Parts: sequence; C-alpha cells; structure tokens
Amino acid sequence: MTPTTSSWHEATAPLWRNNMALAQLLGLCPLLAVTTTVVNGVALGLASAVVVVIASTTMSALKRALTPAARLAVALTLLVALVTVVDMLTQAVFYDLHGSLGIFVPLIVVNSGLLAHAENVASRRSVAFTFLSALATGLGFLLAFIALGAFREIVGHGTLLSGIELLAGERSRSLTIELPVGGMLVAILPPGAFFGMGLLLALRNRLSRAAPRDATPPGTLR
Amino acid sequence: MASAEGNWLLTGVAAAAVALAAFYAVHAAYDWSDERIAANERARVVARLNSVLEPALRGRDLTTTRLAVVDEEHLGTAAPVDVFVLTDRGAPMATVFAAVAPHGYNAAIDLLIGVAPIGTVTGVRAVRHRETQGLGDAIDVAKSDWMLQFDSKALTAPALEHWAIEQDEGEFDAISGATVTSRAVVTAVKNTLLYFDAHRDELYTRAAEAAAATNEP
Repeated sequence: MTPTTSSWHEATAPLWRNNMALAQLLGLCPLLAVTTTVVNGVALGLASAVVVVIASTTMSALKRALTPAARLAVALTLLVALVTVVDMLTQAVFYDLHGSLGIFVPLIVVNSGLLAHAENVASRRSVAFTFLSALATGLGFLLAFIALGAFREIVGHGTLLSGIELLAGERSRSLTIELPVGGMLVAILPPGAFFGMGLLLALRNRLSRAAPRDATPPGTLR
Repeated sequence: MASAEGNWLLTGVAAAAVALAAFYAVHAAYDWSDERIAANERARVVARLNSVLEPALRGRDLTTTRLAVVDEEHLGTAAPVDVFVLTDRGAPMATVFAAVAPHGYNAAIDLLIGVAPIGTVTGVRAVRHRETQGLGDAIDVAKSDWMLQFDSKALTAPALEHWAIEQDEGEFDAISGATVTSRAVVTAVKNTLLYFDAHRDELYTRAAEAAAATNEP
C-alpha cells in the first residue's frame, strides 16, 4: 500500500499544484464569505479538512461494496452527518467563533470541492491514496483560507490573528498583532474578497509558471 | 470485484450501515453538545447583563431572576423572551430584556435592553446580528457609539411620537447608510419600553414569587 513516488506526487497535488480553491476554483463561496480574518479562515478550513478526510477515506473503503448509482447518495449521507456533527461540536466548544462563521459551517456540506473529491478520487483509488489526497485537499483549502484571510485582515482591519482567543483560549489573546497599516474597509466587504482572490490567483499563476506545470489543466475534475 | 451492474445486496447493506452509523454519530453529537450549547448561550447573555445596567449597579451583587415572557408585538418574536429582573434584598433595581428587533437589514437583531425601575433606558447592546459589515454593524459598541444614544431615554423623553429616527421625524440619529438597521433598533427599544410600562408590576411580582420559590426548602 506504500504510495510510489509518482502516486505520492499525484496525491499531494491538491495541496498546491492542483489546489481545489486556487487552481480548480471549487468551493469558493465559503472561501470568499468567511475570510474576513485569519482566525475565521483557519476555523472553517480546519472544519472542511476534517470533513473531507473522513468522508473520502470512508467512501474509498466502501468503493467495492457500492454500485456506482448508489455512490453519490451514500457520499451525501456521509457528508451531511459529518457536517451536522462538526456544526454541533463547534457550537458546543467554540461558541463565539461559531457565531462569527454563521451559516458557513452547515454549508460545508455543499462545498462542491469536497463532494467532488469524495466521489471522484475515492471511487477509483486505494484507501491510502485517498486518505493522503483528501488530507492534501483539506490542507490546500486551509492554505487558501489562511492566505485570503490574512490579506483581508491586514488590509481591512490592520490586525493579524484578531479573535485568536476564540479558537485557542484566553491565554492566546496576546498573539494578536496590531499593524500600523490597514483600515481599507473594502477589503472586508464582499468585493474585497474578489479583489483578494484575484490577487491570490495571479500570485499562484506567477509562482507556478516558474515551477514545472502540472499535467492537469486547472479546472479539470479528477 | 463486483460486476458492471454492481451487487445491489451488498450496496444495500453498505448504504444501510453508513446511514445507521451516521444516525448514531449525529445522535451522540447532539446528546453531548445540546446542553453545552444552551449553557453557552445563557452564559453569553448573563455575561453581558452588566453592560446594560447603569454604571452604579455594575459589578454589584444583585439577585438575578430569569423570567420568560411572550409578546410578539412588543418584544419582536413569537418565542418566549428572557427577561432578567435584578433585585437587591427584594427591591427591584433593574430589568433587562433579551428582546428582538425583527426587521434588521439582513436578519432579526438580538438585543439586550436594560430598563431602570422608573422606566429609563440604562443601556442597549446588540448581542447577535447579521447587519452589513462597515455599515449596519455600527450598532456594535465595539464599532461605534451609536447604541449609547439610548442611555437615559424614556417613553416621555423624548415624547412617544418622537421615538423614531430623524428621517421619520424622530429624535434619534440614524447610522448613515443603514437607515433600516437604525429604524429597527429604535422601534425595538420603544416597543420594549411600552411593554415594560404596561407590565412592570406584573414582572416584579413574578420575579418576587420565583425568588421566594427558590429560597424555600
């Protein structure tokens, strides 16, 4: 079951080369909506990562038992249950943080990127490959969430890691950094999400032009 | 490997197993989190009670009695609204309403409204809202002082017909760019004062009875 070098390369592609949000442009709704601060982004990114790892790995383990026609229904059942559980647990443990994420925790269930992964990769690949690839997908999302959250928080609020105490407890409050810049309100408003996303895509394209291109063109479902 | 059509019996068993596991997982998560969520919600409201009391009362050891009242017309929701009556050795010192402004711009706004026994407002805070960032969210005292204009207002000051925003010939400032939000909050505070005016003695009696009931063995 040890992945070979090339399948390792392929399984980790969603982390950066074939990042769901930045290369395939999937699951953008929560990405654009909640990334007003880094902490919000981290919270939703982590929640999405947990969901996709469990859902995809389980789907991969079940792939021989399920006929193709039933696969989507089972994947949805699994996603709905997982997201409901994550939603209730975050409300119980991180109540105030849940308040600032609002509707977007329950909406993880309709993140097209996660469903695509649980359906496409899990139905064709081994459990180990799927697990690794799901982890890369989740972390890739997290990366996009953090990058966009940091940009918008710095430009819009002039802070970094504000609200960290909601995630990591009262003692971490001192990690919040006040910057002498910022206050450009537009960065926090919805249009700012699109500006930030555009800059992020430009940056990614710039960086990946230097590196060898992935064989899969962006936007291709795998 | 299953045939091209697949094995429907196996699929059924697997799907049923997933559904059953999903059911139990959700059930267990609900069991574990339900009371914690309710406790979090109460704690958040109680922690903020102090913020709507008059400064002299903040931090004093008052007895807090929670009542639930229903009055959709005045308190903004058909659901029971928490009303906290704060007493000092039986004497009512303040009443705090967890009232709702139902016509916020994006959704209903949950408010906390403190009222002194003589009927003046001692403080208003938005405890949960979905108002637009940068515009309507100025109702949050962390963002602007707009909410503070209600302090020490009463049904007679300004007169009842002036309990509205400037645009509606009232005496209250509106947040620029957030007329709907401002109107919703002013109306909710006015309606809560009307409710208090009509039910003050009833609230105090109920609070005294509830306090007596908990003190008896």
